[in-house]
Amino acid sequence: MIPAKFDYVRPSTVDEAVAALAAGGDDAKVLGGGQSLMPVLRLRLGEPSVVIDTTRIDEMKGITDSGTAIVIGAGTTHDEVTKSALVRDHVALLAAATETVADRQIRHRGTMGGAMAHADPAGDQPPVALALDASFTIAGPGGRRTVPASEFFVDYFTTAVGPDEVLVSVTFPKYTGWGAHYEKFNRTAQAWAIVGASAAVRMDGGAIAEARIGLTNMGPGPVRASAVEAALIGASSLDAIAAAAEQAAEGTSPNADIHADVEYREHLARVLTRRAVAKAAGLA
Amino acid sequence: MTEILDSTAAIGRPLRRKEDAKLLHGRTNWTDNIQLPGTLHMALVRSPMAHARITKVDLSGALAQPNVVAAYDAASLGDLNAGVPCVWPVTDDTVMPPFPALTGDKVRHVGDVVALVLATDAASAEDAIAHVDVEYEPLDAVINMVDAVSPGSELVHGDAANNTCYVYDLGGGYEDALAKHPDAVVVKRRFVNQRLVPAFMEPRAIVAAPMGMSEEITIWSATQVPHILRVLLTLVTGIPEQNLRVIAPDVGGGFGGKLQCYREEILCTQLAKKLGRPVKWTETRSEDMVATHHGRDQIQDIELACTPDGKMIGLKVDLLANMGGYLQIITPGIPLLGMFMYPAIYKMDAYQFQCTGVFTNTTPTDAYRGAGRPEATYAIERIVDEMAAELGMEPMAFRTKNWIQHHEFPFTTVAGLTYDTGNYEAATAKAMEMFGYEELRAEQKARRESGDPVQLGIGISTFTEMCGLAPSRTLGALKYAAGGWEHCTIRLLPTGKVELVTGTSPHGQGHETAWSQIAGDILGIPVDDIDVIHSDTGRAPYGMDTYGSRSLAVGGQAIKRAADRLIENARPIAAHQLECAADDLEFANGSFTVKGDPEKTVTLGALAWAAFSAHDLPEGVEPMINGEATVDPEDFSYPHGTHLAAMEVDTETGKVRVRKYVCVDDVGNQINPMIVEGQVHGGVAQGIGQALYEGVEYDEDGNMLTASLADYLIPSAADLPSFETGTTVTPSTTHSLGTKGVGEAGAIASTPAIINGIVDALRPMGVNDVLMPASPQNVWRAIQAAKGGAA
Ligand SMILES: Cc1cc2nc3c(=O)[nH]c(=O)nc-3n(C[C@H](O)[C@H](O)[C@H](O)COP(=O)(O)OP(=O)(O)OC[C@H]3O[C@@H](n4cnc5c(N)ncnc54)[C@H](O)[C@@H]3O)c2cc1C
Repeated sequence: MIPAKFDYVRPSTVDEAVAALAAGGDDAKVLGGGQSLMPVLRLRLGEPSVVIDTTRIDEMKGITDSGTAIVIGAGTTHDEVTKSALVRDHVALLAAATETVADRQIRHRGTMGGAMAHADPAGDQPPVALALDASFTIAGPGGRRTVPASEFFVDYFTTAVGPDEVLVSVTFPKYTGWGAHYEKFNRTAQAWAIVGASAAVRMDGGAIAEARIGLTNMGPGPVRASAVEAALIGASSLDAIAAAAEQAAEGTSPNADIHADVEYREHLARVLTRRAVAKAAGLA
Repeated sequence: MTEILDSTAAIGRPLRRKEDAKLLHGRTNWTDNIQLPGTLHMALVRSPMAHARITKVDLSGALAQPNVVAAYDAASLGDLNAGVPCVWPVTDDTVMPPFPALTGDKVRHVGDVVALVLATDAASAEDAIAHVDVEYEPLDAVINMVDAVSPGSELVHGDAANNTCYVYDLGGGYEDALAKHPDAVVVKRRFVNQRLVPAFMEPRAIVAAPMGMSEEITIWSATQVPHILRVLLTLVTGIPEQNLRVIAPDVGGGFGGKLQCYREEILCTQLAKKLGRPVKWTETRSEDMVATHHGRDQIQDIELACTPDGKMIGLKVDLLANMGGYLQIITPGIPLLGMFMYPAIYKMDAYQFQCTGVFTNTTPTDAYRGAGRPEATYAIERIVDEMAAELGMEPMAFRTKNWIQHHEFPFTTVAGLTYDTGNYEAATAKAMEMFGYEELRAEQKARRESGDPVQLGIGISTFTEMCGLAPSRTLGALKYAAGGWEHCTIRLLPTGKVELVTGTSPHGQGHETAWSQIAGDILGIPVDDIDVIHSDTGRAPYGMDTYGSRSLAVGGQAIKRAADRLIENARPIAAHQLECAADDLEFANGSFTVKGDPEKTVTLGALAWAAFSAHDLPEGVEPMINGEATVDPEDFSYPHGTHLAAMEVDTETGKVRVRKYVCVDDVGNQINPMIVEGQVHGGVAQGIGQALYEGVEYDEDGNMLTASLADYLIPSAADLPSFETGTTVTPSTTHSLGTKGVGEAGAIASTPAIINGIVDALRPMGVNDVLMPASPQNVWRAIQAAKGGAA
């Protein structure tokens, strides 16, 4: 498959990238790791006039500790995220979810920013960002702004990043000492999730003191299972977790596709949430 | 794992494959790598609709695009718009609709080809097809076979009433046999053997080029069948056969999907001749999913009758077989390759078979690894388990009671085949031992009793199959147009090295190594001194190519006979040199020696030079030494085996895991056990693919919902356990090397083992079938349905 013709630019700063976007007009496209954009181009589902490669922008790379939060440059690869001690220590759930993305080759190319900006409902990382109250730094012609995860994910493949903007970094508050587990349900090892449940819990005296639950592929974007989070507080047994997880599908609006219909997805959301929480809490 | 040796000893040893260094180092010659000066690149305008009348094709927009040299639709291609051939009308009244390379009246499946563009580079050709203006008048899409044959359905082809291509009725007195047993236990099931994509690694690719000043057109194609392709191309294009040369360079897999004379091959050939320039086409994976033929796709109504004490009485099979939108090379015949195999290894009084071939607005079907036999094996091994459950018998005990015992061979089955040899007891005993059958049954019982959410099932498949299709006479009786022989020429070169010319056409199987082992052993020449020449009608003119597990079973016999003949052709020269009578010589380890006088000896190598210089040959003996043979085997070959799968089923989610997979295959004598093991591994993986992952789905308009490898799931090593393989050896008595085919065995055997294992795990919950692929949702639905039924 051969993409339609496009121009290619490779800026070295965020400002240059924003300028290139402005110059490129409506159908300019930002390129991250290319793992989602390249298939779109090859299948000619998109025919941008110019592709702006952000992989050489130093500011968009790397993982830093800001004191209260971990800041991940949009151009940081999935592989770097999974191997980062900062991420593993303070945002363990993100490391767990990222480890399940596709296969090794794709994790070496695909980026944090690309995964968030692409906002595939089956993506493994967006629900983590939503559940953990991450925030997104976006640069545009008018300067920079910060958007909370609750406002970042808008719809299928749609985020708060405007056509003239670049996602610069994603900031995760620290969840040091929280238990975390991502339960991904898919049919082959490197397939996308049919449903995924990510759970982070803070334990206090053998009971759950706080919980964060995100669901993959249960709606047009990532879903936060707030009812389950509330119901889990104080839970200290598998039965209590199971009872709370019964609410996992509430308020979701999953799609039907060849792998799963709505009823089955709702069922999976409950089972997977229960399993994820039980493992995060160290009870299974 | 078999131990891999680097020795020069030959037959029976797991020698490293000669061809692998080249493949692993990327020094391969794929068709797409071929770049000839002046090449025109072809891109095809494929139908986005499953069924529609074409009301307009306007090529002018495309012709105006940069670098475009020509564009054609059916009308403008005119006489060159040859038809894709079908060589197997299975009945006298099989409907054989035209299948023009470019369709002009209607499109009959998504991916059907309406027009083409030729440009000086591939990107320009791809850009230009968007500028071909095609208008369609949509018709109802005929997708589901049951609807297709219902009166009043839209017709895919006007001349096929009820979309019926043929009805093949073998007859067979099932009802009569049943009538004799008023107390018979009868089990009926409808199985759906879903549609699969061959999904070879190297997509199809073609380069057709006029060769300089001569009339020759050389066609490089990623094909399994260069010889068959040459004959068919000449028949459909009218280009004289002697002017066509077909070469299959390195070919990356086929599984039957490259056993074809495709429309793209016809188009490249015709256009190269017309325009006098090389024409090249390489398919994309997206094209492959809709345009390369598919496999399987049968609805199987199966009925098995037994006496109450578990003796089989008879089997009745009624099939709907999906042909797709057109007939390709042997589309109608695929179900008939399975027809003989439904009774499998079992003894029974009666067998009745009927098959209806059905046209639908889907990609044409044809051979896919096993071709008809996996479908048959699936049905019989599934119904056998269901019957055992009905009778309350242990499923292996039920099989044992009904299978042909080793002392009963040769055995003529109720389907009329005579199996030369087999030892189902031995293979089964070995497999059960390797598997730990009793321990796993005990674990299954414990899990059932404890109500474990993860249940364990044991899946059994005791299979046999027929492969190495021949003798030619039998194929003729089945109305198949070609024969089933194979050819080999072995040439002793002046320096004592050997060229072995085979008519088989390997595309991953390791023939270069295995054929060298056979010839090397017989001739006493090191394997590395033998070069195997294949897959080029210019260098290896005679052959019937590679498919149907035939290459060793049939081609191996040709190698043996050719090597034996070479020795006989050398004998008079040896006798002349050693001054003895030809009969006084014995041949061993590459040398002729006078009987009783070990000092008087001469090597084949020395004779080679003598035959080349020809200075001193005996009277009447011609220069050069070679051996040639074309062998039409006595019969099919019948490998068999026992495959056992331990399946874990998460009853909460429906997700299954193959915990353990053990198989013992009996493929007769083995030339290279490592290659045998590799064939079994690949086949088992593909069969598990059908059982658990793969399956083409269409929406009601005929759009393929599984049109990419993101949706059409193929298992990788990460999804499968480490297979434990074993073998028993019961040499074939109808094949001169005692060998049987192995290429398809794994794919035939494994699918029912997996599904039987899942059903076995869930049977106490009331589940007695699960749809393939047994995706988590399908398994979960089966559990829910059983629960609902019980409530
Ligand atoms: C075979 C395969 C399997 C996969 N499996 C999974 C899986 O299991 N789970 C999963 O979560 N993902 C999966 N992915 C997707 C993978 O994680 C991608 O890496 C990710 O979706 C996109 O990241 P990228 O850096 O490659 O982005 P790109 O492909 O470069 O870009 C994706 C989109 O984001 C935009 N974009 C990229 N960077 C920026 C930026 N800085 N600012 C603004 N917009 C930007 C692009 O314009 C484009 O629209 C899979 C991909 C493949 C090819």
